Amino acid sequence: MRSTATGTGIRALAVIVLGLCALYGAAAHAQLQIQITRGVARPVPIAIVPFGWEGPGEQPYDLAAVITADLGSSGRFAPLPLGDLVSRPTQPAQVNFQDFRLLDVDALVIGRLTEDGPGRYTAVFQLFDVLQGRQLLGFRLTAGEADLRATAHRIADMIFEELTGIRGVFSTQIAYVSEERRPDGARRFRLIVADADGENARVIADSPQPLMSPAWSPDGRRLAYVSFEGNQSAIYVQTLRTGTRERVSARAGINGAPAFSPDGRQLALTLSRDQGNLDIYTLDLATQTLRQLTNDPAIDTEATWSPDGRYIYFTSDRAGSAQVYRMAPEPGARAERVTYEGIYNARPRVSADGRQLTVVHGRGGNVFRIAVVDIASGLTQVLTEGRQDESPDFAPNGAQIIYATRQGDRGVLASVSTDGRIHQQIGSVAGDVREPVWSPYPRP
Amino acid sequence: MTRYTWALCALAAFAAAGCGNRSNTLPDSADTGLGAGGFEDGASTRGAGDGSGIGISALDAEQQALLDRLVVYFQYDQAEIQPEFNAMLAAHGRYLAQNPNASVRLEGHADERGSREYNIGLGERRAQAVRRALALQGASNEQLSTVSYGEERPAVLGSGEEAWQLNRRVELVYR
Repeated sequence: MRSTATGTGIRALAVIVLGLCALYGAAAHAQLQIQITRGVARPVPIAIVPFGWEGPGEQPYDLAAVITADLGSSGRFAPLPLGDLVSRPTQPAQVNFQDFRLLDVDALVIGRLTEDGPGRYTAVFQLFDVLQGRQLLGFRLTAGEADLRATAHRIADMIFEELTGIRGVFSTQIAYVSEERRPDGARRFRLIVADADGENARVIADSPQPLMSPAWSPDGRRLAYVSFEGNQSAIYVQTLRTGTRERVSARAGINGAPAFSPDGRQLALTLSRDQGNLDIYTLDLATQTLRQLTNDPAIDTEATWSPDGRYIYFTSDRAGSAQVYRMAPEPGARAERVTYEGIYNARPRVSADGRQLTVVHGRGGNVFRIAVVDIASGLTQVLTEGRQDESPDFAPNGAQIIYATRQGDRGVLASVSTDGRIHQQIGSVAGDVREPVWSPYPRP
Repeated sequence: MTRYTWALCALAAFAAAGCGNRSNTLPDSADTGLGAGGFEDGASTRGAGDGSGIGISALDAEQQALLDRLVVYFQYDQAEIQPEFNAMLAAHGRYLAQNPNASVRLEGHADERGSREYNIGLGERRAQAVRRALALQGASNEQLSTVSYGEERPAVLGSGEEAWQLNRRVELVYR
């Protein structure tokens, strides 16, 4: 008989995976690179001048380069090539707006970095409206050496929000699954967490058996995921800072599709309890109380919570083919169908304002694309153009959707703006990548 | 497959002890449907050399061929057992019924189309369909376990109906 996870019984298996931290940086095998394949018609021309450095030797970090990469890769900005700069001010008094009007830029970023003490730095930057010749933003940030890249991302976030009105996501992270196929046919699965720009990729789980369905906790500190180690599916919750994990569900049959509630206290999950029929449950992580939400012969899975916690959206084929439904997270609550366009809608994720879903959408012909659905009206807009697009997830600002697609026979990641105008390819260097999920905003 | 041979020879021994006339001609060993894992098998199951074993070897060869088939294939988005797999599943079911110590894990799979967790559901449905078919033939619950890998462990890489068809399957894994 296979073991089952009893209610209060399983408080697992704290597997220390600190050794995997050694793979930090050696995860170049799955390093991501972002490329804009289609931007807006007129991206904002912006000059980002290399920051001044006041200190001995070389500047410890090129903040302007990271800011430039962030803003450029968003598809909404066109950073001026450095070679076009006629002057390189680092302080407001040095700015001659005429130099920049001649270059046809709308905005200007300048800054400087100083060392306060061993390993401690201060970055100051200003953002100017070139046409009006006035300052829009000015901030001072302090950081240790290890946080200089993160500081550049924060600056990019502030500039992005000031000029677009949309909160930036350059300081967020993504998690995704990577599969490596070795020449001898052996397969290796890894769960990877990286900065939103693909840097700092680190392996947090590594297995010869499939890993799937990563899900962020609302505080960004934990990831839930499904692992097939031991030839059975089980759900783990892993704390990122320590690498320790807990096996929260290893019940007989299927354990799948974990999703944290907005307060972080519950997981929605899919169980078959070895009856062969998939249904959605909620599990209180503190009390281990399990409640069954759906109870029908259909496949009910891929639950996700609305941001206000009032609804669970999920995939069900109770009407004959996969469609998205929603219900209150209460046993026996009535489920109402939410998607009516297309013959297949699955794997819903809800936008931060609760008004839109992004789904895997099929209209026939063996083609599956990413669509956004307006929940109130059911209006569906297809955003992508691949053949096997899947696993969409909103950025926390709701402006962008990351998803998995194929390039040739390789799995790659991509993103599209929610209005469909901006397309990015996030190619991997080697191997297959899939199932990207976007972290919440970092805690202040 | 030696354990099958052993079991069938044991069966044959019991049958020979109380049997009547048996035909001396070997019927054609049918190999129906998609044959990955299935093949004609005459050489390895020749019975013992005495005359009363000849007819029984014919049954062994056919049984053995069916038991050597370990994969059931499915149509797109379906979990129905197609008729071409009935004889094979009947043979496995009877084998399990007659060998209470044997157990099999039914591993369900789906092709790559659509979302991954939904495909776990499809794989499970298929594994359950095979489970029911085996139970009907007398296999007991304790002998049968299921797992679904959805699209996570394809037999064949690539896209297109040729690859997809080979990935929509349940594999019988004896332990």
